[in-house]
Amino acid sequence: MLDRLTEFFFPKQVSTFASDIDNLYFFIFYSSVALFFIVVFGMVYLSIKYRHRKGEELKLTSSKDHSNLLESLFFIIPLILVSITFVWGIKSYLQMVIVPDDAIEIKVTGQSWFWTFDYPDGGTTLNELVVPSNTPVKLVLSSKDVLHSFFIPVMRSKMDCLPNRYNIMWFDATKEGVYDIFCTEYCGTGHSQMGAKVIVMKPAQYDEWASELGSEDDDLPLDELGAKLYTKKACNTCHTLDGSALVGPSYLQTSQMWGQERVFDDGTSSVIDDNYIRSSILEPMTQIVAGYQGVMPTYQGLLSDRELDALIAFLKTLNEDSQI
Amino acid sequence: MSDHNPNAPSHLKHYFHDVNQQYETSKFAMWAFILTEVLTFAGLFVAYIVYRSWYPDMFVDAHKLLDVNKGLTNTVVLITSSLTMALAIWAIQKNNKKLSVLMLVATFVFALAFLGIKYLEYSHKFEVGQLPGLYYSYMGPDAAHLNNPHIFFSIYFIMTGLHGLHVAIGMGLIAWLIYSTQKGNLTSEYYTPMEMIGIFWHLVDLIWIYLFPLFYLIG
Amino acid sequence: MSEHKKQNYLNHPKGLMSWILTLDHKRIGLMYLFSGILFFFLGGLLALVMRFELAAPGNDIISNEVYNNVYTLHGAIMIFLFIIPAIPGALGNILLPLMVGAKDVAFPRLNLASFYIYSFGALFAMYTIINGGVDTGWTFYTPYSTQSSSNVVPMTLGIFIIGFSSILTGLNFIATIHKMRIPGLTWYKLPLFVWALYGTSLVQITATPVLAITMVLLMLERFLGIGIFDPALGGDPVLYQHFFWFYSHPAVYIMILPAFGIISEIIPVHSRKKIWGYKFIAYSTLSIAFIGFLVWGHHMFTSGQSVFSQIVFSFITYFVGIPTGVKIFSWILTMYKGQVSFTPPMMYALSFLFLFTIGGLTGIFLGAVALDIHLHDTYFVVAHFHYVMQGGTIVAFLGGLHHWWPKSFGVMYNQTIANIAALGVFIGFNGTFFPQFLLGLRGMPRRYATYDEQFVELHSYSTFWSGILGISIFIAVMNLFWSFIKKNKVDPGSNPWGGMTLEWTHTSSPPHPHNFEEEPVLQHGPYDYDKVIVEKTYKK
Repeated sequence: MLDRLTEFFFPKQVSTFASDIDNLYFFIFYSSVALFFIVVFGMVYLSIKYRHRKGEELKLTSSKDHSNLLESLFFIIPLILVSITFVWGIKSYLQMVIVPDDAIEIKVTGQSWFWTFDYPDGGTTLNELVVPSNTPVKLVLSSKDVLHSFFIPVMRSKMDCLPNRYNIMWFDATKEGVYDIFCTEYCGTGHSQMGAKVIVMKPAQYDEWASELGSEDDDLPLDELGAKLYTKKACNTCHTLDGSALVGPSYLQTSQMWGQERVFDDGTSSVIDDNYIRSSILEPMTQIVAGYQGVMPTYQGLLSDRELDALIAFLKTLNEDSQI
Repeated sequence: MSDHNPNAPSHLKHYFHDVNQQYETSKFAMWAFILTEVLTFAGLFVAYIVYRSWYPDMFVDAHKLLDVNKGLTNTVVLITSSLTMALAIWAIQKNNKKLSVLMLVATFVFALAFLGIKYLEYSHKFEVGQLPGLYYSYMGPDAAHLNNPHIFFSIYFIMTGLHGLHVAIGMGLIAWLIYSTQKGNLTSEYYTPMEMIGIFWHLVDLIWIYLFPLFYLIG
Repeated sequence: MSEHKKQNYLNHPKGLMSWILTLDHKRIGLMYLFSGILFFFLGGLLALVMRFELAAPGNDIISNEVYNNVYTLHGAIMIFLFIIPAIPGALGNILLPLMVGAKDVAFPRLNLASFYIYSFGALFAMYTIINGGVDTGWTFYTPYSTQSSSNVVPMTLGIFIIGFSSILTGLNFIATIHKMRIPGLTWYKLPLFVWALYGTSLVQITATPVLAITMVLLMLERFLGIGIFDPALGGDPVLYQHFFWFYSHPAVYIMILPAFGIISEIIPVHSRKKIWGYKFIAYSTLSIAFIGFLVWGHHMFTSGQSVFSQIVFSFITYFVGIPTGVKIFSWILTMYKGQVSFTPPMMYALSFLFLFTIGGLTGIFLGAVALDIHLHDTYFVVAHFHYVMQGGTIVAFLGGLHHWWPKSFGVMYNQTIANIAALGVFIGFNGTFFPQFLLGLRGMPRRYATYDEQFVELHSYSTFWSGILGISIFIAVMNLFWSFIKKNKVDPGSNPWGGMTLEWTHTSSPPHPHNFEEEPVLQHGPYDYDKVIVEKTYKK
């Protein structure tokens, strides 16, 4: 029954401390339900039993306004309950804060509005955190700009990302699968789209994946690689492929205007060609398209030359075929 | 109104029973107001403490760029003005209007002197570029090694600036007192506004007595 | 049939200027009341826009940008333009001098100035709306707020100015309570609403200056780059959070203490019974006000502060919860052996007990550090504070309006409609916000303009019931206004509910311009229903 309730209230329990936290929740929950029922029962019962019946005369009512016994109970019982809650809350918290020595360390960087993950043996992923199961994973968090917060519901873990300091969080995932990551500190227009995924794999699989990181795309043709990068590098959070404008112009529109002039918000213009695409990815603030806000972050250092070429190639293909 | 007492003094408001209640209420409220002022400056003192704990050496070095002599003079000036303010109240208690006005004028002049010296300090800083935040540009030999010196000047200008604003407001209030006393509205029977403004003025003095060592005498 | 009304504060003195330059605390209270209700409706409209957008994932009605401005303005308007200023400003101003037997507050001119300062500050907030809004959230966290191109400065300037109004009102009330009580009205004979205003005012004068300085530092950071909150200039963004929450946590007590006071008035009167635990309720008001200054860090459990800080803040947070719990039991026990009437004020008071208990209990979940890590910045927090602020304060405020409306305006409203609207508020409120606890537990973050498909069912329930809630509040307030607009007004007499505090026993409805024909002589305590039978002047 507790399992069913846990499933009802909470996302899956994936980290090693999730079930303890859920149990803490249920302790408070049951205590609260009990207190709540006493309150509601008390007020409904008393108000009805002592209601002023129609036609009844107004009378002097009871002088009783005090009871040492009752007042002590009101004080002591909640005090006991909150003491247990407090101690349990701190004990569980200490578990969440003391990182095991053998944890692997992954660097997490939040920026408006995507996540970058840097792995211990090299390699970077965008918006996809890959971790081995049954291994303590320590995340070193920071932000490149404003405050963000890194939240993985199934791990019951969350920590703010600051621009001037590293924060630490850790977890040990017990079940393989793909789970949500959300940004939980307001960071601007794209805050609600700053989601990502954590992929928990078996340790052996993870090792294989980690060693392949960076080399798997070498054989893909450029335009196919570009199609992959479109989602992998989070371009899709701001640019659509179907012509509709989001935070930035649709790739379809850009592709259809290939070779034509595009006007920028300072009145200058430029022809849409390979160079323009390259500079708009590496130095997006130098030419802001008229009618859009200048909010695109630079991908300088986040894309190799080959990856840049791939994106350009992909863009060109959209003119012929707008499906990915 | 059925409760208007024709024998009541003109300054007694109708919702008070008697002058004593009115006076006690004014004094009480004034002290509560002083509490809010203390909390306002307390917030800035916390900012000072935080900044100084992050950059202790820079603070000590940067403070040398301030003119201790002017700071000291200002301290003496302000303390003296508190004395003249107190004497003005003492004089009006003795119904000595002339002396009271004289002391108020003296207070006003000292306050003006304080602001004048502050003006000299500020204008020098403006000239050489020792300004808060983004506007800081002073690169003299005694400052080249400083780490984030604009922070020291930011907190210096904010705190002395807010204090200076209170001095200016005080001057306005004292000017009104001079007018009121001269006109005969304030006498030994009723001088509550002078006493209240006096309390305010002593607070302004007290805040400076904390600011002076924290900015001019560290290290 | 309404008779020719005697001279009262509404009809005397006459003329527009006599209102604009009024020094009468009751008129100033009305001005706060109408401005407050106006801003409440504006904030409520913004909330309905949010809820309708959130009925389905994706940007159906408004874009992300517009949504972010809407949620920020909703919060800032509700908190700074309605709850904090208007509830002490409206009910406090109208009632405080009456309850202590005074002819006015200690400093009526300051009182009027407070109102105009509040209006002036509110203008800046309104300017923000028409000039493109502000999207930082009502909390203005740095570095986003120092870098954002939105109207941060006008809004923070408006809040800074309104802060002065808050401080001056607090000073006025404290001086009035200390110095202007009639002879014989000792502290332990004061109505508990006065104790509540006292606690509120103490918090107002001590906490608001810190808010003022925080807003000033924020504005200076934007203008001058002073470098206190910006790491690029040598500062720390988390320091901002400490400054901000040092005020804003006590601020929530400014928001709830008057509501507690209202409940402490309604329940004894409508149960015709002495209140249970008078001294305890009075002391707990002061201790909540004091302890409230020591818990601000519980808003920052995921900011990376030291483990020691986490422990201390969690510990003290639980201390604040206990006195509040005892109050709830005291209010319930007040009905024991009373004569309870299910009038609209009582319906709101019972609603309050139900809703505020849920709100308070869910605070316990959030105080446990390990659990808060999961729940922080999710809809669980949104549900918690709406239960306490709306289910608590606003429900109590509506109850207070229904309780003192006949006194303030000399008319009785339709009680049947009022009760139905109260029921609508109760049901609509639970329907809107209870699902949000679940949303939060399941991981739905707050301040999201769009969300993942998995959350759509709960969001759609929430939106549906928010419509019911909005309509019910609207009907409740319109029903009140209708009572003095309609032609055949109903006269409630000077004491329709049989209250025992001075505003009921010694003034007419509406009161005389100077409150009392002659200074009241205290004859009994505020809730002495065991000693004196007070007749009701209005029989339903």
